[in-house]
Amino acid sequence: MLEAYLPICLLLLVALGVAALMAGISEWIGPRRPNPRKLIPYESGMDPVGTARERYSVQFYLIAMLFIVFDVEVVLLYPWAVQVVELGWPVFWAVVLFLVVVMIGDWYCYKKGVFDWDREARQPRPPSEALSQEKALPVRETVET
Amino acid sequence: MAFESLQPKLLLLAAALLALFTMAAYTVYFERRISAWIQNRIGPNRVGPFGLLQPLADVLKLLFKEDIAPAAADRLLHRLAPMISVTAAVATIGVLPFAHNLILADVNIGILYILAITSLNVYGITLSGWASNSKYALLGGLRSSAQLISYEIAMGLAVLSVVVQSESLMTSQIVEAQAEIWNVLRNPLGFLIFLITAFAETNRLPFDLPEAEQELVAGYHTEYSSMKFGMFYVAEYMNVVLSSAVITTLFFGGYLVPFGHLFMSDLPAWARTGLEVLSFFGKTGFFVFVFIWVRWTIPRFKYNQLMRLGWVYLFPLAVLNLVLVALARMLF
Repeated sequence: MLEAYLPICLLLLVALGVAALMAGISEWIGPRRPNPRKLIPYESGMDPVGTARERYSVQFYLIAMLFIVFDVEVVLLYPWAVQVVELGWPVFWAVVLFLVVVMIGDWYCYKKGVFDWDREARQPRPPSEALSQEKALPVRETVET
Repeated sequence: MAFESLQPKLLLLAAALLALFTMAAYTVYFERRISAWIQNRIGPNRVGPFGLLQPLADVLKLLFKEDIAPAAADRLLHRLAPMISVTAAVATIGVLPFAHNLILADVNIGILYILAITSLNVYGITLSGWASNSKYALLGGLRSSAQLISYEIAMGLAVLSVVVQSESLMTSQIVEAQAEIWNVLRNPLGFLIFLITAFAETNRLPFDLPEAEQELVAGYHTEYSSMKFGMFYVAEYMNVVLSSAVITTLFFGGYLVPFGHLFMSDLPAWARTGLEVLSFFGKTGFFVFVFIWVRWTIPRFKYNQLMRLGWVYLFPLAVLNLVLVALARMLF
């Protein structure tokens, strides 16, 4: 049975080889004239500000976590999917119940706003951040003097 | 397995690789020609007859360009990322049935293998974004990883509904189970969900946010040049070809010739195989055209729309579709 995987192993080796060859050739053939300006990250022609090793939105982590949770639930269904008819009605209703629970989870996340990526953009700014005349004017005066 | 019995497989492997690279290269050419046609331009027509040698010229040009890695980049990962993308794309051809008994490895978990290998593409894209140490690249990589994993769930469920209908994970069995009626007719909603998620998984418009030019320059491959950029480019077009091939296999009868049961049994074996290969590549070519057609027709989604579509609409819809298909399977 495992013999069927031999071509796949070969294919993976060949695929890796092709990829390494393509990457290798580009480094080997092309000219090499580096200079400091060329080696800075591209930021539309401006000098780059800070590094890219910054913190980023926590929502990406949430999506990653949800993916693990829901994908494992999907994977659980594969053995059932292969023999739906053999397993019969009891298992079918069990799977339906399971999927209902999964969907409640998805609905909960939706209500919690996990999939809502423009929530901050829609909210009005808190009053402390709003630019008020009394605060703005003294600043301008100090700049002018 | 003895070497003698492996020889036809080796031949098939070489042929499949050649076909994949040629199709990827000419998808680039046809994308440019068709986009030009849609936009009332001419497109590349200078290199060779009808510009047919354009892909070759592009590859040569890319090879002779300087390969730049930013000084602040993580050298190892920067080099590794495009290799992962290309490897993941190439390795997918292993379980695609090109004709009856013409398949590299007819393993009993074929469709799971496809899902597993195509998921590896996430690593290539995310690593390239992170390793470049550039803000545009990082944002592109992050967006892309979130997008790919979000749509993978709906894709898995759409595949699951096909598995319910064919009662097998083997790609050859899935094709054979469509001898009477194609899955697209038995499972239209599943096909629609799979098509949409396939667009998202290949980063094609309307889901090309990871490389949205107006916002992110080029997204995750901003800091790549020379053939390493070419590798991401080739991997993207290979993924278009492979997605089309998988759509064909899962929903459009794979290598089965339409109305083949009427005349196929009278033909000699070589003609049958030839017709089946033609049928497979013909259907795949049609879906490649659909990919290009949609790209030049539909504008890009916003990121919040993308996320909502994936998790709030497609995921529950895919679950509903799975239950309906399983119910139909139980009743009839």
